[in-house]
Amino acid sequence: MNKDYSFWKLFTQGLNKHQGWQPAWKSVAPKSSYDVVIIGAGGHGLATAYYLAKEHGVKNIAVVEKGYLGGGNTARNTTIVRSNYLWDEAALLYEHSLKLWEGLTEDINFNVMFSQRGVFNLGHTLQDMRDIERRVNANNLNGIDALALTAEEVKQRIPLINTSKNTRFPIMGASFQPRAGVARHDAVAWGFARAASHYGVDIIENCEVTAMDIENDTIKGLQTSRGYIKTAKVGCVAAGHSSVMARAAGIRMPIESHPLQAFVSESLKPCLDTVVMSNAVHGYVSQSDKGELVIGAGIDHYTSYTQRGSPHIIEHTAAAIIELFPMFSRVRMNRQWGGIVDTTPDACPIISKTKVKGLYFNCGWGTGGFKATPGSGNVFAHTIAHDAPHPLNVAFSLDRFHTGHLIDEHGAAGVAH
Amino acid sequence: MFVIRCPHCCEDREEEEFSYGGEAFIARPTEPESQTDETWGDYLFMKKNPKGWHWEMWGHSTGCRKFFVVKRNTANHAIDGVWSLAEGKKAYETEVKA
Repeated sequence: MNKDYSFWKLFTQGLNKHQGWQPAWKSVAPKSSYDVVIIGAGGHGLATAYYLAKEHGVKNIAVVEKGYLGGGNTARNTTIVRSNYLWDEAALLYEHSLKLWEGLTEDINFNVMFSQRGVFNLGHTLQDMRDIERRVNANNLNGIDALALTAEEVKQRIPLINTSKNTRFPIMGASFQPRAGVARHDAVAWGFARAASHYGVDIIENCEVTAMDIENDTIKGLQTSRGYIKTAKVGCVAAGHSSVMARAAGIRMPIESHPLQAFVSESLKPCLDTVVMSNAVHGYVSQSDKGELVIGAGIDHYTSYTQRGSPHIIEHTAAAIIELFPMFSRVRMNRQWGGIVDTTPDACPIISKTKVKGLYFNCGWGTGGFKATPGSGNVFAHTIAHDAPHPLNVAFSLDRFHTGHLIDEHGAAGVAH
Repeated sequence: MFVIRCPHCCEDREEEEFSYGGEAFIARPTEPESQTDETWGDYLFMKKNPKGWHWEMWGHSTGCRKFFVVKRNTANHAIDGVWSLAEGKKAYETEVKA
């Protein structure tokens, strides 16, 4: 692809007062037909389109988006990337993604600001610590970096954390994944959009899919708010709205859509150089490059499509963060948001063919989809191009809810997915 | 945050007093011995998850501790009505038939 973002380009554009930059991707009107249409221009959808074009040589691809590019959960997460999942299937899928993250900035010639600052998953009870030992060992057997740390070691690496015994839930230790970290959420969507656009992918915003044209259990096309699009293959990556899309195709999904809230503080001087998550007290925190504390909560328990949640969840999460970091008690919060996450019964995604020929679903990422963005797109592109799953997503088929082969990742996913 | 009326206590109370019980009226298959894996999987895992009116259960967990039925709109959190489980099922079935 055209690697035209470089230091040299920045320098020469600087001489021209930066007046010569071109739009990163082309805004186009939909054509009447495509070989593949991806529904949803978030990180996962754009990554799918990118890998379809790059690795599978598919030429005629469109990504349709009902709102604007990267305006859904891509813009509404806490940007944590890690792969320390318990079960082989999930661990290998997330590790595939983490490896792609490690080369992503170079691959798509767009700085996604991937910062491998490590992630701590705290343990507060004896059972937490046993689970941490088990997960760390499982990770190591799968070739994933992970360490089990004592409370003293945690304190050494994070001086601000409160490891005193005089708290409601004292910290007993943690698992630590050094290669985990955070990335810039918008840059991922923009970078994949630009890279896909370079390969000729049409990215069509403000184009809502209103109906699916299905004959004899085969997809024929999509009815959209910007006209009918004929296509033989549709990849649906609609996150919280996956159930709505599935119903349009007459497919039942084991998905419930919940609000997941997060909030961001005013900018502080650098004080936290890693990511801290705790399932037991329900919160996770990191500090962005702008200096804001980025804090995430657990899901609101009711189903909702409103992109907002209830204040008591925020209160609960803030209390948890203050227990971990008493110093943050006087920090003021700047903004708060909710995203709609598509949760499954086993906290694992569905990357699958369906009973409708040519219709594929990539959904059910629940609270932890951001970390999987490149890997999810990569294996989903393979699934669409070959009409058969990639070895890494065989286990994530929709029929696992009929065969009973669930992949129970509630432990590693937990509240802090 | 929204306010829910408990049909047992007959009071408007804040959502925080309640716990969410999920989709209502998921019928357990009769004759368990002769069911296919598909029927069991559907019963256990598949959800309607509509964007719009949703029939669901809530428990008044810090109040009377009884469960009841709420018809709530998942697109804007509006509540159309609350019923006891038995009354709610009648209202639900009337709506489905209509």
